Amino acid sequence: MQKISVLLFLAWRPAHSGQWHPGTPLPNQELVERLENDTLLVVIGDHGMTMSGDHGGDSELEISAALFLYSPAALFPSAPPEEPEVIPQISLVPTLALLLGLPIPFGNIGEVIAELFSEVKDSQPHFSALAQASALHLNAQQVSRFLYTYSAAAQDLQVKELHRLQNLFSKASADYQRLLQSPQRAEAALQTVIPELQQFLRGVQAMCLESWARFSLIRMAVGAAILAAACFLCLLVSQWATSPGFCFHRLLLIPMAWGLAGAIVCAGLLATTELKLDPVILGAMAAVGSLLPFLWKAWADWGSKRPLAALLPIPGPVLLLLLIRFAAFFSDSFVVAEARATPFLLGSLILLLVVRLHWEGRLLPPKLLTIPRLGFSAPTGPPRHNGVQALGLGVGLLLCIRLAGLFHRCPEETPACRSSPWLSPLASMVGGRAKNLWYGACVGALVALLAAVRLWLRRYGDLKSPEPPVLFVRWGLPVMVLGTAAYWALASGADEAPPRLRALVAGASVVLPRAVAGLAASGLMLLLWRPVTVLVKAATGAPKSRTVLAPFSGPPTSQADLDYVVPQIYRHMQEEFRGRLERAKPQRPLTVAARQLGSVYSAAVVTALTLLAFPLLLLHAERISLVFLLLFLQSFLLLHLLAAGIPITTPGPFTVPWQAVSAWALMATQTFYSTGHQPVFPAIHWHAAFVGFPEGHGSSTWLPALLVGANTFASHLLFAVGCPLLLLWPFLCESQGPQKRRQPPGNEAEEEEEPLMEMRLRDVPHHFNAALLQLGLKYLFVLGIQILACALAASVLRRHLMVWKVFAPKFIFEAVGFIVSSVGLFLGIALVMRVDGAVNSWFRQLVLAQQR
Amino acid sequence: MKDTDIKRLLYTHSLCIFSIILSIFIPSFFLENFSILETHLTWLCICSVFVTAVNLVLYLVVKPNASSKRSSLSFKVTRFVKCCVYFLMSCFTFHVIFVLYGAPLIELVLETFLFAVTLSTFTTVPCLCLLGPNIKAWLRVFSRNGVTSVWENSLQITTISSFVGAWLGAFPIPLDWERPWQKKVSVGRGGHILLNITWLMRGGLTIQTRAPGHDSPHCWRL
Repeated sequence: MQKISVLLFLAWRPAHSGQWHPGTPLPNQELVERLENDTLLVVIGDHGMTMSGDHGGDSELEISAALFLYSPAALFPSAPPEEPEVIPQISLVPTLALLLGLPIPFGNIGEVIAELFSEVKDSQPHFSALAQASALHLNAQQVSRFLYTYSAAAQDLQVKELHRLQNLFSKASADYQRLLQSPQRAEAALQTVIPELQQFLRGVQAMCLESWARFSLIRMAVGAAILAAACFLCLLVSQWATSPGFCFHRLLLIPMAWGLAGAIVCAGLLATTELKLDPVILGAMAAVGSLLPFLWKAWADWGSKRPLAALLPIPGPVLLLLLIRFAAFFSDSFVVAEARATPFLLGSLILLLVVRLHWEGRLLPPKLLTIPRLGFSAPTGPPRHNGVQALGLGVGLLLCIRLAGLFHRCPEETPACRSSPWLSPLASMVGGRAKNLWYGACVGALVALLAAVRLWLRRYGDLKSPEPPVLFVRWGLPVMVLGTAAYWALASGADEAPPRLRALVAGASVVLPRAVAGLAASGLMLLLWRPVTVLVKAATGAPKSRTVLAPFSGPPTSQADLDYVVPQIYRHMQEEFRGRLERAKPQRPLTVAARQLGSVYSAAVVTALTLLAFPLLLLHAERISLVFLLLFLQSFLLLHLLAAGIPITTPGPFTVPWQAVSAWALMATQTFYSTGHQPVFPAIHWHAAFVGFPEGHGSSTWLPALLVGANTFASHLLFAVGCPLLLLWPFLCESQGPQKRRQPPGNEAEEEEEPLMEMRLRDVPHHFNAALLQLGLKYLFVLGIQILACALAASVLRRHLMVWKVFAPKFIFEAVGFIVSSVGLFLGIALVMRVDGAVNSWFRQLVLAQQR
Repeated sequence: MKDTDIKRLLYTHSLCIFSIILSIFIPSFFLENFSILETHLTWLCICSVFVTAVNLVLYLVVKPNASSKRSSLSFKVTRFVKCCVYFLMSCFTFHVIFVLYGAPLIELVLETFLFAVTLSTFTTVPCLCLLGPNIKAWLRVFSRNGVTSVWENSLQITTISSFVGAWLGAFPIPLDWERPWQKKVSVGRGGHILLNITWLMRGGLTIQTRAPGHDSPHCWRL
């Protein structure tokens, strides 16, 4: 076949940064005149546009584009038709490949444009048809090879149709071979071979189109409906959880039973009608079954008395924020710009929190607000935080968010954007001095993280007790930091190692990450085994005076009595315990450190978070450690800021407000971006799979998948596990009040009073459980809204130009992130429950010992 | 008393809106190539100057909080200097907040700062005119139940509307419509054009306040 050169003009611009502009240079007359006879000029557009210049939809104008072919030599044997033929875009690839004398790409299923292969200068139509037939035959051979390979690997093609097409191809091939061998009867044979080959190619196209580019609208609609119903359910149950007559067991068991029943009924139906058992349909039926009782109850409730306002408990600004988030997933530019939009929304929410604190008068001393006027509401009580502190927290948070934004990676096809140079590993840096400085900064971040956690634990708990988890925090964490720093040193300077140490370096870079991960795992195990770090603290001071129990007789009759009695009993128990220990070991007077007991839940969660963070840190590039430090810092600041706005309602139902949960979820998304991720597949940090496994993994796939997944969804995991802190932190901040009160000298009883802190939660286990459930459901609701929006966007915009580039990857990332978040949330809440159980048994032992 | 106050409030707001419209048209007589989109920085400066001038004139003419006990010259001078310092401080504070919100630190510094100045003229200058350089009074006005007069109520609503308008201005930035105005708006971190919306809100407020006065303060809250 004769080779020709092809001039290709493609009216192209980065598709999601704008449409084709008439300003794009096009071939002009001069160029056309200079063309040689063996040159083909092809002008194509990759898509059309609407009358207003937009594109991306599936209207006829948008999906059809012009194709212009020109050659000085005559191309077509006869005059081209007035109304030009419509040619699929996939036909261009095989046509241009064959014209250039290249092999057709393996995955092609297009059909060559046969007219371009006719040789017009030979006046005989016979030769022209033969050339067309050979081009078509080459094309059909390639398509048949592809079809064979594909059908061996996947089963989604129709078997009957596949066989028919394969038979058609073998017949056409045989005909073609016969044609080549006996040219005398060529005229008649050609008339059959060309249509056969074309029929085969078009048949393959139709079969693949039916199997691949098919969207099951019913499944999409049902899936979206189930998602929406589940979100609605989260909202409802988070409302019910705080209502008084709420029963956990019924909540859990009935839907399980319904779900099972639904699945069994569906399986039975499918079996009786002899249809294939589809796990997707089974799962959907189970989900619908478990949702039905809730929806039934909601319907009954709504019919009876509830006003609509009770069903929409989310306050206005947070609702607006959620709506903006929801709507943003439908715009490809906002999905691409989410890395910038999320910090903006988070910053707005934070400023809103500060402003609301001020607006509600919690920051100002009340005397400023007492303006003589009619209708002045009741005073809001003394301010719990002063204004400067809240403002400082807000500004600090904004600063942290801004600094973390320095570590962002750009989405593809955004020429104006520059990715941060700090995302690359240190090993790729050239300058020795800069590398050392960066290494120092990374190790500094590690040490600062460790020091901050230890400082926090010392402030709210105690680091001196001999319990295993505390010992681990004291000794294991520094070892982990050392291991991480040593690994980074090896990884960043591996090329500079002297040759005789190569083996040692290679061995250490295998062992060190595994050792750090193993240490973290053993630390978590220890934490689960003995979660109560509350212990006896040696105090050498003089024995403190007993608190005087106020007289109270008879069973408590009202809530007020209980409020009065319960703290007294607690304090009394504490005193008794202290006295018992003093009696047991008179030479070393011991006291209970009650502040440890007050932070027993949050200390466990913070320890678990730190233990999780170190292995995740190891999977990232070195300089991301600075972002992890910022992450801990900003979540600390956010928790403090939120705690200022959450009133402690003892012994009432505890609630975590919506703005806290939304801010937490937003921060998880923001951290996802600021650790150098983007929700597209080329941006995945694949190198994470080789941390600790520099030689690869052999044939196993789950371990590298786990490592890469842990790298990608680290922020989802950390924030989900840390979610219970939202509930615990206001109680923790309570300890600041009495400390301040201690400064003025005088009231002795006040000084003796220890803050109850998180023990307030333990005192009312029913409310505590309800609050945990409510917190989890609220978090799931906020995440569920996001994934619902992603799913809806991907299904509604399934014909959008950007669906495979923006919407579908975003949906997949969001879905996996949702699963990781759900698991993390479950783990976090389970940890808190485990601590609760351990504290309860600790108290029981205490009471038993007291009775003896 | 209240009715006359409302009338005066209406006139002041109309005057403010009128001054903004003037700031669009008047400079084209003096400056060549002037248009809002092409030379938006110049327009912002002129707009800020106009609004400040109108606010000052209104303050001198209307005198909403007339009874100042001391009226010595030195007191007035220190007050004026204090006001200037406050204005500058608010400009820098806004600039810092914009940078924290994601505005670029070094490039487009002029645009960002001009935006801060504009926002200050829409928020800080009315506060200074009405309440004087008295942070405590400001804090009181911007809290629940802290408003004592129609003037303060109008100040509260217009200032919050200005902030909301500037906030809304950030939303068109990532859109890829590639319209020419969008590029101009994006320069200097958006929000400029949304000031118009802010002023529309002001217009809405004016209509609200025109409603016959009730004794209850709730009717002033939008």
